[in-house]
Amino acid sequence: MKRISKDDVKHVAELAELKFGEKDIEKITSQLDRILDHVANINSVNTEGIQPTSHILDIKNVFREDMVEESVTQEFALKNAPDEANDGFKVPKID
Amino acid sequence: MKNEYEPVIGLETHVELYTNTKMFCGCRLSFGEEKNIYTCPVCLGHPGSLPVINKKAIEYAAKIALALNCKIRKYTIFHRKNYFYPDMPKNYQISQYDLPLGVGGYLDIDIGSYIRRVGITRVHMEEDTGKLLHKGITGRISESEASIVDFNRAGTPLIEVVTEPDIRSPEEAKEYMIVLRNLILFLDVSDCSMEEGSLRCDANVSVRKTGEDKIGTKTEIKNLNSFKFLQKGLEYEVKRQIKVLEAGGGIIQQTRHYDSKTGTTKVLRSKEEAHDYRYFPEPDLVPIYIEDKMIEDIRKTIPELPSAKAKRFEKQYGLPKYDSSFLANNKSLADYFEQCCRHYNNAKNIAKWIMGDFSALLNKEKMTIKDSRVTPENLCKMLEIIDKGKINYKIAKSVFEEMFSTGKNPQKIIEDRGLEQISDEGLLEAVIEEVIKDNPGPVKQFKEGKDKAIGFLIGRVMAKTKGKANPGMVNEIIIKKLS
Repeated sequence: MKRISKDDVKHVAELAELKFGEKDIEKITSQLDRILDHVANINSVNTEGIQPTSHILDIKNVFREDMVEESVTQEFALKNAPDEANDGFKVPKID
Repeated sequence: MKNEYEPVIGLETHVELYTNTKMFCGCRLSFGEEKNIYTCPVCLGHPGSLPVINKKAIEYAAKIALALNCKIRKYTIFHRKNYFYPDMPKNYQISQYDLPLGVGGYLDIDIGSYIRRVGITRVHMEEDTGKLLHKGITGRISESEASIVDFNRAGTPLIEVVTEPDIRSPEEAKEYMIVLRNLILFLDVSDCSMEEGSLRCDANVSVRKTGEDKIGTKTEIKNLNSFKFLQKGLEYEVKRQIKVLEAGGGIIQQTRHYDSKTGTTKVLRSKEEAHDYRYFPEPDLVPIYIEDKMIEDIRKTIPELPSAKAKRFEKQYGLPKYDSSFLANNKSLADYFEQCCRHYNNAKNIAKWIMGDFSALLNKEKMTIKDSRVTPENLCKMLEIIDKGKINYKIAKSVFEEMFSTGKNPQKIIEDRGLEQISDEGLLEAVIEEVIKDNPGPVKQFKEGKDKAIGFLIGRVMAKTKGKANPGMVNEIIIKKLS
């Protein structure tokens, strides 16, 4: 069963800033279709009377108090920066 | 603006909360310090780190939602908003989507001749982004070679207040922002500084022929970061849209940037790939169930709000409507006024001084009443002294100026400078005799029926007594003597 079109794949790829050739798009479309088929199996489960949830764990209201904890140093923060300048993370020019 | 068109405006306002720490981690909030000193693995988006919700931020957000007459959702969750922009290290922002904290509220805006009720669609919670500084000579994105990111602000608790498209003019939009800002200041949850960016506003605007129900294609205007720019930017955009439509063109849905230097709006980006942020429930955070008790506890922390306060001032103190709103709209003025009312019973007189000479000096010195050296007790003492006829208004003004700069007690200032009003009949009579003798011309004019001449004679008496004579008594005695 066709659950996804080539246009859908192109659209999603664009949103994810990914670029594919026509051949890849075709391959990905059929692969994604099979994945969606597999996931669709869940529809066969009877969910009547079951509350929808957004989280797999049955817990709620996990909060922290508004207490200051120590931050990492600037040096540590910038250690993982791809590039740095003027005490900041240097990133390519934005179009 | 052509009358046959009416603007349809909705506003989205972002408010940074002033909690001690960020929304999902214990990093301190920053106030323009060195770059990247308040970060941690959570707000830097390091793999394996987990966000935990700041309880205070939820309380503050609920406080805003309740004050805007919203219904608080019992079940609320966070979503991931995915986008590509380096202001967030995670490549997504934790925000809320279809289950926001507050929904269906309103805010009434008094425009003077009418009240506009602006519907509040939603109040939701999210985290603020980092700051991008564009490296290059001009500081403009288009001419910079690279950007520098400062993540101090990333993760600051942020509230978004979204209105219905109920606003019908740029002026109403400005008034809405003033009222909203004031309301949030009263709630004591944000400093609402438009200059510092803790209160920011975007507008959705379209125009339609008056009487039509259908809403036209809208544009989104960014960078409206002062009340003035909000009004000016919208005025420009409304005119622009009308011109396009009049020329037979169509409005293109796009995001535009307001340029305060030219007073115009320019295209920032087109919304062809319209807002597909691929939201999905944030798996790192568990749902929030807000119990009724929590809502009631938060409701109790909401103080009397400006509109209710203004109504009470009118009723309780008999102030005119204008004075009541003027005082009630500024929390520190309102508190000061009421403190004074405890010491002195002529509320109108207190209001007159606070709104008049006192405010003038505060504005001149760019101070707030809270920083002033004049205590409510001393202001009231001065008013009593005036009431007893010991000093007149002119002298009182000078006494008040000294109280303002030194914080001294008015009685002491009057004694030290020998300013007490002369109300001794004998003494005044002696001075008046002298003035009558020295000014036969005006005396003759007065006797001939030129009432104005008395002003000159009173002026002479005041000059001779260095302004200290009781003007009422002087007037009376002169008339008695000359008739």
